[in-house]
Amino acid sequence: MGVENQRAGVSPDSQQKLTVSEDSGQLLDGSVILTRLESIVNWSRKYSFFLYPFVTACCGMEFMSVAGPKYDLDRFGAALPRFSPRQADLLMVVGTISHKQAPILVKVYNQMTEPKWVFAFGVCAVSGGFYDNYATVQGIDTLIPVDVYVPGCPPRPEMVIDGLIKLQEKVAKEKFSDWPKGASPVSKC
Amino acid sequence: MEASVTLKKLKDRFPGSILETHSYRGDDTAVVKKEDILKICTFLRDDESLLYNFMMDVTAVDYIGKEPRFEVVYHLYSLKFNRRFRVKAGVSESDCSIDSIVSIWISANWFEREAFDMYGIQFKGHPELRRILLYEGFEGHPLRKDYPIKKRQPLIGPIN
Repeated sequence: MGVENQRAGVSPDSQQKLTVSEDSGQLLDGSVILTRLESIVNWSRKYSFFLYPFVTACCGMEFMSVAGPKYDLDRFGAALPRFSPRQADLLMVVGTISHKQAPILVKVYNQMTEPKWVFAFGVCAVSGGFYDNYATVQGIDTLIPVDVYVPGCPPRPEMVIDGLIKLQEKVAKEKFSDWPKGASPVSKC
Repeated sequence: MEASVTLKKLKDRFPGSILETHSYRGDDTAVVKKEDILKICTFLRDDESLLYNFMMDVTAVDYIGKEPRFEVVYHLYSLKFNRRFRVKAGVSESDCSIDSIVSIWISANWFEREAFDMYGIQFKGHPELRRILLYEGFEGHPLRKDYPIKKRQPLIGPIN
C-alpha cells in the first residue's frame, strides 16, 4: 500500500496538489496564484468531506477507530459526521445491507445533495461478503453508484485511509459536467 | 417422576390424539395430531394441575422426504409448577396448514408469522398472517430445505 517516497497511497500523477499555472510565481511576488476554477473547487471538495455514516454492522467498530484520534480521518478533512443526509456529501456504507434495508439506503442516497460520493466500507458492502443468502444484498452497487470499494472483514484503518485518499484523487479529476448525476437507478424504492 | 405428570394427564384425556411421547432427560415431548392442537393446548393451559401459561416458542422443522414433511413445534412453560413441555404436530406438504393458537396464547402471534414466513405453513385463524422478517414480494420460503441456496429474489436492484 502506498508509494515509496510519497505520501501513503498518493501516486505521482494523482493531482493531489493544486494545479498551479507556471507563470503565477511572478505575480505580486508569489502572493497570487493562478489556477483553474475546476481545480480549486475540486481541491476544496476533496479536503472537506462531510460523512454520513450508514452503519449497520460490526464494521462500525472499525469506522469508529478510523474516525477517532488514533487514525484520525480529520487529517484528511473528513472528520465531521452529519446525521442528516441533506448535510452530507460522502455516504459511508459500513456493514451488511439486507434486502429489507436496501430501500432505506437508496432513500438516504437520494436525499443527499450533489455532489456526493459513496464509500463501500468492508466486504459486505462491497459484495455481500460471505453472506450469499436470501437476506443479503450482494454488494451495494446493485443499488447505488459506488466510488470507492474497501474490502476487508473488517478493513484495517489504514485501508480506509488509503481508500479515502483514492477517493480524493478521483474527486480531483472530476469535471463540473460530471454533476448532477441524478437519483439512484433503482426505481422501485 | 413429577416431570411426566403432563404426559400422563394428556394420554388419559386425549388417548386418540397423542401419536407418540418421549421424555428424554426430563424433557417431555408429545407428538399430536394437528387437528387436535387447539383442544390439547387449551387443556394444557387451563388444567389446574398443569397450567402451562407461558407459550415460549413456536417454530417448525422441515424433514424433507418424510411424511409428514413439516413439524410445528411448541414450547410451553408453566410458571406455577416450573415445568416445561414440548408439543409437536406433523404437517404435510399437500395440506400445509394447522390451527392457529393465538386465541390461546397471544404470544404465539409473531412466532406463527415467523414460521409462516420461513416455512410457508398456514396458521388457520391467525389474525394477521403475513410476513414478519422478510418483505412483501419475497418469493418462496427460505428455510425450506428445497429453497435454492443461490436463489436471487426479483428485487429492487438492477443486477440482483
